[in-house]
Amino acid sequence: MSYKLQFAELLPYWNVLLYGLVFTIVLTIVSTVVGIAVGTAGAAARTFGPGWLGRIVAVYVELIRNTPFIVQLFFIFFGLPALGLKLSETTAAFLAMVINLGAYSTEIIRAGIEAVPKGHIEAGLSLAMSKWEVLRHIVLNQAFRKIYPALSSQIIIVMLGSAVVSQISAEDLTYAANYIASRNFRNFEVYLLVALAYLLLAMLTRSLLRALGRVIFKAR
Amino acid sequence: MLQFSFWDILSNLLIATQWTIVLSLIAFFCGGIVGLVLLFMRTSRIAPLEWFTKIYIEFFQGTPLLMQLFLFFFGIALFGVEVSPWMAATLALTFWTSAFLTEIWRGCVEAIPKGQWEASSSLALSYIEQMRYVILPQASRIAVAPTVGFSVQVIKGTALASIIGFVELTKAGTMLNNATFRPFLVYSLVALIYFCLCFPLSWWAKKIEGRLNVAR
Repeated sequence: MSYKLQFAELLPYWNVLLYGLVFTIVLTIVSTVVGIAVGTAGAAARTFGPGWLGRIVAVYVELIRNTPFIVQLFFIFFGLPALGLKLSETTAAFLAMVINLGAYSTEIIRAGIEAVPKGHIEAGLSLAMSKWEVLRHIVLNQAFRKIYPALSSQIIIVMLGSAVVSQISAEDLTYAANYIASRNFRNFEVYLLVALAYLLLAMLTRSLLRALGRVIFKAR
Repeated sequence: MLQFSFWDILSNLLIATQWTIVLSLIAFFCGGIVGLVLLFMRTSRIAPLEWFTKIYIEFFQGTPLLMQLFLFFFGIALFGVEVSPWMAATLALTFWTSAFLTEIWRGCVEAIPKGQWEASSSLALSYIEQMRYVILPQASRIAVAPTVGFSVQVIKGTALASIIGFVELTKAGTMLNNATFRPFLVYSLVALIYFCLCFPLSWWAKKIEGRLNVAR
């Protein structure tokens, strides 16, 4: 191999990379919070809601889980304007991420809810707790404790999947990499650096979520 | 000017779907073979082999598939070899698939009770023989459902090959959209075709999983 890697050529672009990194982090945090809220509502609708609502949620979940994220993104960004709903790249990226994580977390949280023994719900109701109180203090409390590891890995998968939003020119970390590569043609160097940044981000997210889990679900 | 009818769009997409299927099959089978080798290394209890697989898995599970595609596409070119999108996509998807399959299968191997290892080792079976005749036949039973489930991820993963210029379903969709300016129709059809490929597999995986729970 006669080619010499030249990482120094990336230095002048540190601010571009930093901006992309922050964008990716914010995108992940926002879509995690909103996506899990969507997932909780979806899971509750599927298990406790009326039949028709449950079926609509089921179709949503299966449609999202069985199509690639990039197609969902293109559909939202290029397809929806044809119906008169025009979105900026950033809005489309956030929306696609929320819709995607919402579907996956619906399925994960539903599994958690179904693992809660029926007797617990009946016990709660017989103690004159309202339906909402039972859902909040008995069902969701236990469900989240059980599915927390699965949800954590889904968050990391979604974070890595967010690299695709660069394709509609939302300015995330991958977009920064593409931008730099198109400027100085150090393709391999920049993609290696950014890949390692993603790796670090994934490892950090994992340990952060684990620590957070220990605080939220303190052993009783 | 050339006009595209609905059937033109659909038939072109279906032609491109063949490449999605071919790429998925190659990635899945090559990834499976590499994954099996890695599985032997990962469970071998030989420290350097285990460390290598750990780092390998960490890298391929911890970085975006898109980055891996870029790295293969631009990385191999540094050696002076001409890289086609086809080659980069096959390699990246194979390695990516193998990392996930190894982790899935390792979980299945570890689910086999320790007594099976001890019994087979007291029968003087070597490590390879233990795996071949005792552990893998039992582990493969539990492995079917998650493996089929993961094949859905492989099919969805091939969509990213469109970004480095490999013409499969997603790329064909983008090209047809550029030619027809009917994004809503084109991307709906693309999504629908992916759904028709993936949903039967998801459904099948769920069914096998359910059957396994009854047996337990």
